[in-house]
Amino acid sequence: MKFKSLLVGLGLLAGANAALAEDPLKVGFVYVGPVGDLGWSYEHDLGRKGLEEYFGDKVETTFVENVPEGADAERVITQLAKAGNDLIFTTSFGFMNPTIKVAKRFPNVTFEHATGYKLSKNVGTYVLRTYEGRYVSGTAAGMMTKTDTIGYIGSFPIPEVIRDINSTFMAAKSVNPNVKMKIVWVNSWYDPGKETDAANALMDQGVDVLIQHTDSPAPLIAAEKRGLRAIGQASDMSQFAPEAHMFSVRDNWTPYYINIAKNVMDKTWEPKDYWGGFADEILTIESINPNLPEAVKAKISSTFAAIKSGELKPFTGPIKDNKGNLVVKAGHSMTDVELAQVNWYVEGITDEVPH
Amino acid sequence: MDADLIVQILFAAIKTGTPLLFIALGEVICEKSGVLNLGQEGMMLMGAVVGFLAAYGSGNMGFGIIAAMVMGSIMSLIFAVLVLHIGANQVATGLALTIFGTGLSAFIGADFVGQTIQGFQPIAIPLLSDIPYVGQILFSHDILVYFSFFMTALLVYVVNKTRIGLTLKAVGENPHAANAIGIKVLRVRYLAVMFGGAMAGTAGAYMSLVYTPMWVEGMTAGRGWIALALVVFASWRVGRIMLGAYLFGLASIMHLVLQGLGWSISPNLLAMLPYVATVVVMVIIGADHFKEKLLAPRSLGKPFDPRNMA
Repeated sequence: MKFKSLLVGLGLLAGANAALAEDPLKVGFVYVGPVGDLGWSYEHDLGRKGLEEYFGDKVETTFVENVPEGADAERVITQLAKAGNDLIFTTSFGFMNPTIKVAKRFPNVTFEHATGYKLSKNVGTYVLRTYEGRYVSGTAAGMMTKTDTIGYIGSFPIPEVIRDINSTFMAAKSVNPNVKMKIVWVNSWYDPGKETDAANALMDQGVDVLIQHTDSPAPLIAAEKRGLRAIGQASDMSQFAPEAHMFSVRDNWTPYYINIAKNVMDKTWEPKDYWGGFADEILTIESINPNLPEAVKAKISSTFAAIKSGELKPFTGPIKDNKGNLVVKAGHSMTDVELAQVNWYVEGITDEVPH
Repeated sequence: MDADLIVQILFAAIKTGTPLLFIALGEVICEKSGVLNLGQEGMMLMGAVVGFLAAYGSGNMGFGIIAAMVMGSIMSLIFAVLVLHIGANQVATGLALTIFGTGLSAFIGADFVGQTIQGFQPIAIPLLSDIPYVGQILFSHDILVYFSFFMTALLVYVVNKTRIGLTLKAVGENPHAANAIGIKVLRVRYLAVMFGGAMAGTAGAYMSLVYTPMWVEGMTAGRGWIALALVVFASWRVGRIMLGAYLFGLASIMHLVLQGLGWSISPNLLAMLPYVATVVVMVIIGADHFKEKLLAPRSLGKPFDPRNMA
């Protein structure tokens, strides 16, 4: 009996090996939101479509949307692995532990986890340098505000968001020394109702440019209603607020997904902690509103170009936190490892980081 | 805090309280007839998604609201048939309705997530909106807010001053006596439950057409449950429901306002405010058992079968 099953197993293995040459690379995606959120998950799905377009019938993709972070995620990832996917992208921070767990059980499958920090033999991570986009946003917001008050709608006080708040504020300050920033936390990535409430609460208090670290277009719609300004997040949100929209900082995952699929196909893939931004065109500035003043448009383009070329690194010392401690020494540009641990506000932000 | 900011906060409190007001008005009528419907959240979500689809498809906001009302009534009719005709347990059926509505609305709306429509524009009422402060707070809203004012006034009048109100209360307090004097108890209850459904549908439409003019799964975020607490909070008096709704509205935006003002209180703690308020209210009311019994419709939650007279 044992011998027989061994034979069957060997036969299957041989069959699988023979098939490998012709079979398309099967790629699975796990999304935290609906593909129609027009933000985070929507852009990941565009990346998936871009992958299909590039490779044609050499890849076969599937996706599961609206996957809650936690136990359900583990089940979904396991199913994708069992279904014979060779490469699986899990695209939310909260999928980190489920991904690592499932990866242990499927050593022949390659996993890529977005925005996390845990690597293993067959798990790589990829992070966006969203703070580069924030620097452009902060610069433009600092120039556009008439009340010298810009507003930031935060999701959760995790290092990525705190880092982006700092980047925004340093940029705004560099063009407008009087600028103040009000920060409101909504404790959600996607809750249009709360995002609207937060946007309105900020605008009631004199904010005239909104920056959001949440994924729905609700804050833009709120700004449009009041005739104020806002910046799009994750995807091109210009359609929601033709007048208010300044530009959108878009996540463009396609180049990364193509690159990883290539590496897996020719077996050169290695687990890496990848950080990508303007230079890799994985983060882009889109739909700059023609109704902006020429000076602001020019500054957006020049700031973007300076960051892209590496000439401008937003987190270069000396940087003091808002308690007066020197956190980055003069001349030092923070490394990715340091950037991943930011838990302080820069000088001039009057709030405290929530715990 | 200056006067302008306070005006804006109160204005926002009314906007935030309006969906609560709609559902709670519907639920109080339903409960006054002796039926407890815990399916508010489900009916509201169905109203939100159907209202959005109708308005999106037709380009007509009014049509969206009517569709939402009809949808809410249909949902409540399912509930009514189960509990009034078949005599199913009201609590269990209501919970089932919520779960059913949550899932079905997500399914129906899946292809429309992320679409937006042009919501209602605010209408400033001439003269009234010119009154300093009060005008800005009360009379520069959109049409649905005015509709909620109107419905509150109408219901206060109907419940307290008319024969219809008396009939409703008779059915809720003592269905057997009501039956004996010739009131069709089940018919009254059907109508009350369906009115509740229509109002929950309107509340849903307010969410998806006015508050955030878009559809997203589970967008009512527990408002149906808060409304149930509101009815108890208002001790089944229609007029008090309005006050309660705005208080809850205020509590739910206060944490965002305070953060903007730079208060370093944990946002998580502040976000709990409306729920803490709910619990506190429940405790205050529940502390006096006798009073609670006096205030609640006496037959609340109990089935009535006209064929089986006690």
